[in-house]
Amino acid sequence: MKKGRKSAKQNHETLKISYLWAMKFGVVIFPGSNCDQDVIDVLSKTMNQEVVKLWHKDHDLQGCDFIMLPGGFSYGDYLRSGAIARFSPIMQEVIQHANRGGYVMGICNGFQILTEAGLLPGALLRNQEQKFLCKNVYVKPQTTSLLATQLLDTNKAYKIPVAHGEGRFYTDADTLKKIQDNDQVMFRYCSHDGIIAPEFDCNGSLDNIAGITNEGRNVFGMMPHPERAADADLGNTDGKAIFESLLAGVLA
Amino acid sequence: MEQTLTTVETAKQLGLLEEEFEKIKSILGRTPNFTELSIFSVMWSEHCSYKNSIVWLKKLPKDSPRMLAKAGEENAGLVDIGDGLACSFKIESHNHPSAIEPYQGAATGVGGINRDIFTMGARPIAQLNSLRFGDITKDKTKGLLKGVVKGIGDYGNAFGIPTVGGELFFDPSYNINPLVNAFSAGIVESGKTVSATSYGVGNPVFIVGSATGKDGIHGAAFASKDITEDSANDLPSVQVGDPFQEKLLLEATLDVIESGCVIGMQDMGAAGITCSTSEMSAKGEHGMEIWLDKVPTRQPNMKPFEILLSESQERMLIVVKKGEEATIKKICDKWDLYCEQIGVVNDSKRLTYFQNGELVADVPADDLVLGGGAPVYHREYREPAYFQETKKFKIDSVSEPKSLEEFKKIAEHLVSHPNICSRRWVSEQYDSMVGTATMTTNMPSDAAIVKIKGTNKAIAIKVDCNSRYVNADPEEGTAIAVAEAARNIVCSGGEPLAITNCLNFGNPYVPEVYWHFVGAIKGMKKACEKFETPVTGGNVSFYNQSSDEGPVFPTPTIGMLGLLEDKSNAMTLAFQKAGDLIYLVGEAQNDINSSEYLYSYQKVALSPAPHFDLEEEYKVQNTIKELIKSKAITSAHDVSDGGLYIALLEAAMPKHLGFSIKTNSDFRKDAYLFGESQSRVVVSVKAEQKAAFEEMLKSKNTGFTLLGEVTSGVCEIDGETWHQTSDMKHVYDNALGEIMAN
Repeated sequence: MKKGRKSAKQNHETLKISYLWAMKFGVVIFPGSNCDQDVIDVLSKTMNQEVVKLWHKDHDLQGCDFIMLPGGFSYGDYLRSGAIARFSPIMQEVIQHANRGGYVMGICNGFQILTEAGLLPGALLRNQEQKFLCKNVYVKPQTTSLLATQLLDTNKAYKIPVAHGEGRFYTDADTLKKIQDNDQVMFRYCSHDGIIAPEFDCNGSLDNIAGITNEGRNVFGMMPHPERAADADLGNTDGKAIFESLLAGVLA
Repeated sequence: MEQTLTTVETAKQLGLLEEEFEKIKSILGRTPNFTELSIFSVMWSEHCSYKNSIVWLKKLPKDSPRMLAKAGEENAGLVDIGDGLACSFKIESHNHPSAIEPYQGAATGVGGINRDIFTMGARPIAQLNSLRFGDITKDKTKGLLKGVVKGIGDYGNAFGIPTVGGELFFDPSYNINPLVNAFSAGIVESGKTVSATSYGVGNPVFIVGSATGKDGIHGAAFASKDITEDSANDLPSVQVGDPFQEKLLLEATLDVIESGCVIGMQDMGAAGITCSTSEMSAKGEHGMEIWLDKVPTRQPNMKPFEILLSESQERMLIVVKKGEEATIKKICDKWDLYCEQIGVVNDSKRLTYFQNGELVADVPADDLVLGGGAPVYHREYREPAYFQETKKFKIDSVSEPKSLEEFKKIAEHLVSHPNICSRRWVSEQYDSMVGTATMTTNMPSDAAIVKIKGTNKAIAIKVDCNSRYVNADPEEGTAIAVAEAARNIVCSGGEPLAITNCLNFGNPYVPEVYWHFVGAIKGMKKACEKFETPVTGGNVSFYNQSSDEGPVFPTPTIGMLGLLEDKSNAMTLAFQKAGDLIYLVGEAQNDINSSEYLYSYQKVALSPAPHFDLEEEYKVQNTIKELIKSKAITSAHDVSDGGLYIALLEAAMPKHLGFSIKTNSDFRKDAYLFGESQSRVVVSVKAEQKAAFEEMLKSKNTGFTLLGEVTSGVCEIDGETWHQTSDMKHVYDNALGEIMAN
């Protein structure tokens, strides 16, 4: 955090107009990343933030406050999504950054890498229908006591696209209970009018889970792509509120 | 030099004619050795030389002020789109590999077409595909469709370029031989393009990308008797794709171009190193000395002809300026790609290939290539007997349906028909949104619209061909394919600029098949001239037939590029609001020729192509352009497969609306609703804009009819309720998935 002045709570009304915080974002580029530029475009052009690219072979986070792991097929993902990326040089730094309490967010392949790296619980298995799935889905925020969701409306269904072959969230019963008890579920898949039910779970995820946070609440992972829903030209800006939340200051 | 001299028998086994073998001997002034003969056989193959098609291809229009590269000159077409930008685009077939091994066949088709685009320095931004399969109820067809779609998806999704649209058609003529045509478009700054050329004595020649393996060696199968009697069985004839390597190759290639060290570049597709070295040398009027032992290979002891002919994927041949060796090596090292100097440019105009210091082949570059010494043939053509049969069809031979029940039954038949129902079972397996530029995800349109970031522009792209029409009448059917592609671009708010074509036909040595080809070229020529959309290139795929079931429907797939100077002019096909008025722009006809209704419901196999008049079409398109620019309409959707009824339903479904319309008693009701006569567009208009809209159409002298109005969810015709949109949408959305699940 560089220019923080007031807490988010004190200024809740003005948050949506001007951002209180400016952050330096680092977007990690693995060989095979393919949503890196999309995330960079949203952060730098739509949100006017400083963004640097972090190359997978490097060990330097360049003083970034917030690390983004973008979507794609890191190292080809021929083995298991994210299984190789976690061993890359830059990930050793990202893991330390997260363990120090630094913010990290993984979208799609980034989420897969975070679970492989042990920064988030659970695993992302092959979709129930065994096919790659790309379409608009709806997700409902499950908590707002989180940097990434603090400006979201928990009663609203947000239209955000998915595009993955391995996005079925799974974990053992104990871990699931812990995630639920600790308010770690960030999003659940739902219908266009916000009903959370198995038939609206696009990939067969446990408990309709589309995104989670860690116990420390500084690491976020989600399968849907908010960066694909942040540009008015594309006819859907539901995802923009997530990026606005990131910039709305730390929780009081 | 290798001493084993070849005979005319070997030449024939490699697919060459006796006269071609004689020609090779006279070019060389001696009898070729096996490696040299292999080189000629692949370069003079139909695929590389266009020897049976070039005479006719040359008749197609190629010029427009926007053309930055003419057809055949480069790896893909290059069109000026203003503001210092150009669009490179092309379509290519991968039919035979997909018939044998659908997954890898389709995947490598995607890889190949994208390399054609980024070889020119353009970053691909969108892909389409055009797929044709046999009877969908057959298990074999389902297996092919599953494999092809997974192959396209796995490759394109990992490569990271969105697949934003396409077409899918089923007909038993494709039972044995499916068609898989892949299209890609990319954007490049004018002046930063790279040419497939080679010059400058002493400049180093590099191979970049994957190691070379024994995959896709066409000549080898035929050569087995002479050279590799025992090993031939081990050579897979289909290449294997690696989208991860392709992604790295894309980034590395664009970095290398950016560094300014490149003289010329060509990807390795058909005929591998042979084709890239000879075409680049011929174009640059230079020669090359190539050291085959320097080529990174996947297995040891590959023979010279194997290295030369290998079609291993994800490879690029790059000639750089002498002294820049370290530049290219550093970039490739960053991306962990092989990068080896395998030769040097000279001024001999010959290609000399060495292995371990020994000369293994010595051939003149120009004599190998199209436009140089490659053979050119005029083939015989003859009207097939069935053509006169099609003309005998009269609409009166089909009794007109009368009852509401029967009309509803026809509607339900069409909505659930695999040629008409939703393609989402296919399209959802493709990443259609990566790149965050696809404007038609949330605003469906007749053509896919992809914005060009950093500008106010967008491109509109479309692949089109109704091969049943082409079979009914090759000339008119192909003109319709061009017209429909243009109509789709226009309805989406774009201006048609140029086309690329993928000409899928049967065996050109069969005169009736060649008649299809000749007719298609004639139809394409007249339509492209009318719409001022020159042909920028593409490919010809002959021999799409099996011995027992005859040729596939003649399928000249059109890939069209359009431009929206102002992306805010993008037009949706979807009705916007209940109460808006629905108009038909263009004239109705008493015509059911070659419609899905006539073919699959009335079971009439032969009839002429649907009514089509090029002048009328041109007028309708110009009117639609004006209506969109003046914001007079809120949606535009062309009438095509399934006729007016399907067009109305497709416009109603996205926003869960409906329609209430009246038919016209001057026409048979089945023709009015299900006929596929061309040059018609369904538009919706706000009630308050009625007068202005009608005034504009009258001033344009374009026929139009007020059909009715948009409803909140019921489909009503002539005062009778046919269905609820929601019920039809459920059938439409799920029909293909249900067929595939059974």
